[in-house]
Amino acid sequence: MIFQDYVFYVLAAILLFAGFRVITARNPVHAALFLVLAFFTAAGIWLLLEAEFLAIALVLVYVGAVMVLFLFVVMMLDINLDRLREGFWEALPIALPIGVLVALEMVMILGAKHFGSARVSPPVQHLQGYSNTAELGHQLYSVYLLPFELASVILLVAIVSAIALTLRDRKDSKFLDPAKQVVVKRIDRIRMVSMPADIEEVSENETDRKEKS
Amino acid sequence: MNGIQSDLLNALPEIFVLVMAMFILILDLFLKSENRIAIFLLSQITLLGAAFITIFTYTGGVGYSFSGMFVDDPLANAVKLMIYLSTSIMMFYTRSYISLRGMFRGEFYSLILFAMLGMMIMVSGQHFLTLYMGLELLSLCLYSLVAMDRDNFHATEAAMKYFVLGALASGMLLYGMSMLYGATGSLNITDVANALQNNAQDHPVLILGLVFVVAGLAFKLGAVPFHMWVPDVYQGAPTAITLFIGSVTKLAAFVFVVRLLVQGLSVLVVDWQGMLIIMSVLSIALGNVTAIAQTNIKRMFAYSTISHIGYLLLGILSYSPTNPNGIAAAMFYVASYVLMTLAGFGMILLLSRKGFEAENIEDLKGLNQRSPWFAFMMLITMFSMAGVPPTLGFYAKFSVLQSALQAGFVWLVVYAVLMAVIGAFYYLRIVKVMYFDEPLDHHEIRNYPEMNMVLSANALGLLILGLMPQRLMDICAYVVVRSLQ
Repeated sequence: MIFQDYVFYVLAAILLFAGFRVITARNPVHAALFLVLAFFTAAGIWLLLEAEFLAIALVLVYVGAVMVLFLFVVMMLDINLDRLREGFWEALPIALPIGVLVALEMVMILGAKHFGSARVSPPVQHLQGYSNTAELGHQLYSVYLLPFELASVILLVAIVSAIALTLRDRKDSKFLDPAKQVVVKRIDRIRMVSMPADIEEVSENETDRKEKS
Repeated sequence: MNGIQSDLLNALPEIFVLVMAMFILILDLFLKSENRIAIFLLSQITLLGAAFITIFTYTGGVGYSFSGMFVDDPLANAVKLMIYLSTSIMMFYTRSYISLRGMFRGEFYSLILFAMLGMMIMVSGQHFLTLYMGLELLSLCLYSLVAMDRDNFHATEAAMKYFVLGALASGMLLYGMSMLYGATGSLNITDVANALQNNAQDHPVLILGLVFVVAGLAFKLGAVPFHMWVPDVYQGAPTAITLFIGSVTKLAAFVFVVRLLVQGLSVLVVDWQGMLIIMSVLSIALGNVTAIAQTNIKRMFAYSTISHIGYLLLGILSYSPTNPNGIAAAMFYVASYVLMTLAGFGMILLLSRKGFEAENIEDLKGLNQRSPWFAFMMLITMFSMAGVPPTLGFYAKFSVLQSALQAGFVWLVVYAVLMAVIGAFYYLRIVKVMYFDEPLDHHEIRNYPEMNMVLSANALGLLILGLMPQRLMDICAYVVVRSLQ
């Protein structure tokens, strides 16, 4: 085994552990932090595969932006853990055998027999100065132009739906239109009313008090 | 330069729909709410324009664009035309319903158009990535359309369920695709098919990928045992959206299955045939039997959809590389299913009014006394769904059963016919309720001239196409033969 192999196994072990803890951690904040760890180790494995740009993008975008936002949400929400775990033990007798069966079947196939170095040719060795990022950009704007454009449409739809689902005209809104405020005239605000004059009569008690003092 | 021109020409309908959807989105900001009708008209014009472009750029051949990721073949063109037609009918039916419920907004129409764009991409995708992008575009629009009536608790719950299960299904589909990529070394459907032909295959890995792909597809189609979301979403979503999910999207889902299984993995036909047989048998049984117990008509239609998906799979699974008749029969089935569902849900929308949802079978009681004409339209629709001759539904069932018989699945055909008889019970119950029960609801049926006309044309179309189904059948057979060679 060469050095890269050790790095790979260490990273893969941490990744598996982190992934397992994401779904088993009791505290949702811990689960989100384990997901961050999983992203970091996955980025490490991608680095080993010479996909530097993707590895950096994974850390920057997912760990830097998505997971931070996610942590905020998890911390803000008051999640009732007992309700989340409701029905766990009832579902277990059916879910566990099926899960184990699926896992076993996958392990049988996803091994060295089908994906070993005997079957899969080794990756192309690139010359020094080869830029992964430039190649990715080139592919993205030429061969993969259509999916790239579609991804932008999907993002647009995401924005439109987010606004359509959350924006509402509030009835208690205190918003005032400055244009309307400026053109206001005295006549709009003040109503002149003619009223009979009220003449205050000085009562006798009051005059008595004044005399005493 | 020439290359990019032909690329764009092939995708012209998609580009047109995209531009119009964005234009509608912006135009809506400048419209007063009393002029909102312009949005509706503009959406209809978009559909008409897209149909014209699709017809005039039709070459009859198979054209690839965008480095082979997009295909413009007769199958794609025919299904796109069906998608425009059914989306247009759906917009006619839903306008009054959504305006009474405060959903008559520009976003509604632009999301519908974006969803339609997603379906067009799914129909024309020739690459796993393009297909997946189209599917996600469609799904994302559908999730938000279901949640559009956001103060309605049921709609929000349905949207959440749909979103979570849809994401799970997408994950399965992607995992399966990654396995297929691992085994064949390509994501392009043509290349995958060629790689499998040339025997460069690793069978267990392919089967693992196939299992995940089929599971993902079954989720999206709503076939048993991946059907759990269908009744809840159908019932919870606003009826206008249920109409959309239940009808138009099935056209795209059908071509999606054809592209992946028939075009890409036809070498593995024996393997996926077995999986489809199991799903078909279970779907037909569960759909038909559970529908009998329903009192909510939207839920009943949901179970009826599950059983129709079973019949649709019957057509797809009788495919063999030498005899693609099954696919033509399945295409005929899905086209007639869409027309029937549109008419059925159109009726529910017609009977709903402000503050009242015609959701229960009871609400149809005595429809004959309230409106003999619409009771007759519903009668045709129900007969067509049950598969009673001479309606379109009969020929649809007949053609898939015939193709299954040709493929040698005699027991499957006998079983499907028996189940169709059981299924006829709940359709005929609606007819009985309409004609022989006293009405509970004495409100005047709303009069929207354009909706009434389209609904009548739709239901009468089921009868007329049932009397002369040969033309539609010929078109289906022609496009399938021309596209799958």
